[in-house]
Amino acid sequence: MTTELKQKEEVKPELTSAEHPATKYLREERLPHIWCSGCGLGSAVTSLTNAYEKLEIPIDDIGVVSGIGCSGRAAGYFETDSYHTTHGRAIPFATGLKLSNPEMNVTVFSGDGDLFAIGGNHFIHAARRNLDMTVICVNNYNFGMTGGQFGPTTPRGATATTSPYGNYENPFNLPDLAASAGAVYVARWTSVHARRIQQAMEDALSKKGFSFVEILSPCPTGYGRKNDLGEGIDELKSYQNRAVIKHESDPSEAEIERDPEAEIVVGNFVDIDRPTYCEVADDYLQSQ
Amino acid sequence: MSDEAMMTGKHFMNGDEACAEGALAAGCRFFAGYPITPQSEIAERMSKRMPEVGGRFIQMEDELSSIAAVLGGSWGGSRSMTATSGPGFSLMMENIGLGMMTETPCVIANIQRGSPSTGLPTAVGQGDMMQAQWGSHGDYGVIAYAPTSPQEMFDFTVKAFNKAEQYMMPVFVMADEKIGHMRERVEIDENKVEIYPRRKPEVDPDEFKPYEPDEDLVPHMASAGEGYRVHVTGLTHNQQGYPQLDVETQQEKVGRLVDKVEKNKDDIVEIETIGIEDAEVLIVSYGMAFRTAMGAYKRAREKGIKAGIVRLVTVWPFPDDRIKEFSKQVKGIVVPEINLGQMVREVERATAGNAEVKLVPHPGGGLHEPDQILESLEALL
Ligand SMILES: Cc1ncc(C[n+]2csc(CCOP(=O)(O)OP(=O)(O)O)c2C)c(N)n1
Ligand code: SF4
Ligand SMILES: [Mg+2]
Repeated sequence: MTTELKQKEEVKPELTSAEHPATKYLREERLPHIWCSGCGLGSAVTSLTNAYEKLEIPIDDIGVVSGIGCSGRAAGYFETDSYHTTHGRAIPFATGLKLSNPEMNVTVFSGDGDLFAIGGNHFIHAARRNLDMTVICVNNYNFGMTGGQFGPTTPRGATATTSPYGNYENPFNLPDLAASAGAVYVARWTSVHARRIQQAMEDALSKKGFSFVEILSPCPTGYGRKNDLGEGIDELKSYQNRAVIKHESDPSEAEIERDPEAEIVVGNFVDIDRPTYCEVADDYLQSQ
Repeated sequence: MSDEAMMTGKHFMNGDEACAEGALAAGCRFFAGYPITPQSEIAERMSKRMPEVGGRFIQMEDELSSIAAVLGGSWGGSRSMTATSGPGFSLMMENIGLGMMTETPCVIANIQRGSPSTGLPTAVGQGDMMQAQWGSHGDYGVIAYAPTSPQEMFDFTVKAFNKAEQYMMPVFVMADEKIGHMRERVEIDENKVEIYPRRKPEVDPDEFKPYEPDEDLVPHMASAGEGYRVHVTGLTHNQQGYPQLDVETQQEKVGRLVDKVEKNKDDIVEIETIGIEDAEVLIVSYGMAFRTAMGAYKRAREKGIKAGIVRLVTVWPFPDDRIKEFSKQVKGIVVPEINLGQMVREVERATAGNAEVKLVPHPGGGLHEPDQILESLEALL
């Protein structure tokens, strides 16, 4: 709550200024948003609305589901059917939504903590089942909303409010996790790659089955300042320097180091076809 | 088995199967669950029957996800349910709160077993009764049914679906291992199954406020894809459904979650009374313990003791007024429960000192002897 109030004072209405057709996917009466200045979340939301617009997905066919966190607040800004659920449970909620209403185009938009700490089990099972949904993870390497604690993607050595001596846990490599759990589309980009992110989102949304897009995103408040990365803009610059595009590379080699010089592999890692949960289920049931 | 959702006719089935059939008859077309004894027969039946009736069954990875999927299923437009037992019920608590806060119709059957913790997986218990009312954090009204037979597993599951839609909230069927596994005659008559339809919006999307209540304090619900573009959140929200984090909105929202049950008690509460007219001592009971209580009641009457029974069909909301009324007429009230004292607290509270209240506890794993209840009745005279 205190974090949230603080964020409100720092509001930056970047989403409102864009007089773009894609703004029809946004609840303008709810703007400005609550996110800090320099946060990567606003641009991730814009990329998603642009992707919807580009694909001409009817607003009423879209369901956006979020969990809890700064990223989890995204659902509240979409002028679609939108569901802000509980911490970690966006994917299972989305599972029910999709199975009950298969016509919906279901997007899960949430954070690294939400999707991979408390909700990690649901992520691997949804990928294993190949449920037809798109999961977008804004990875800011920390629990932004609760004040910058370390999480399952915090690089080793990084400082967070619960890792004052440096994080000594081994982080998840999300593209590798998604690929090995069975996702049919896996991409990673950073907040500087606005056009690439939008393209990845378009691909993911068009793909039948479980698709995953990771966006490495600045969180100056929770992560950047504590780790000598400076403000949001500085974190973006460092991504510009560190990102190396390697399409179709082995995702197990896409680990992220804390070292501000170390390369970060981005690109499309997986794009395969596999029947979805519903397709397989219906095949089995019909053959009986 | 039949391809029909409504298996009209006379059957011999166990309580779990009857619960599944009741759900299908009530229009349930989405089931998400995780196996647990003594509930698994519900999930098994659903896995067989859902495809036959054009619904969807999914076995989730745990109970956290089962209840979350059920909430999603309900917003997707399907009547949805899950079923579990104590350990799974505990795991579901946070999202039961989400269901209450977001006013999501769905049904949760809890086939109780001996508890706490893993307890007695294959044996009867009634240890989750208070949890049904107070298990998730915060204030909200609760509706819970306590069946005492496979027939009632069918009938009360239908009722639970209807009340869930009528009041837009998760509703509980609080059964137990004995009822779940007991095999008895179940009669299904389609003319007796009424369906309360979803409370769809009555205005255009521009004017629709997802949490604007009707006179009965219950709002209307727009499912996904219907063009209403609803926002649904567990944060305290205004009538538009948007987060609004202040005391006034909290009062309006949470006050209504309590009031929509409390002020509609006359419509919701159901009790059954037996031998109440001349009763000097009373048994208040529910679920499996009620069947034993019936034995005690008969023996008491044979001995010339003026005993009566109040049987709770709905255990929540608690029938305060009725119990208070009866308590003025009797010397004492006996409450047999298969726990160490849960609903007895409600009886004491409602009785307000008008009569002596005596618990007949059972720790779970078995049933009371009717004589235990009888002795307690005699002690009050
Ligand atoms: C059950 C539960 N536990 C803990 C919390 C507190 N909490 C809220 S958001 C959050 C972490 C969010 O991290 P992430 O998903 O990475 O989102 P970010 O804020 O970084 O975007 C936590 C621990 C909660 N809301 N619910
Ligand atoms: S993710 Fe970080 S920068 Fe963005 S709003 Fe939350 S605390 Fe602020
Ligand atoms: Mg985060």
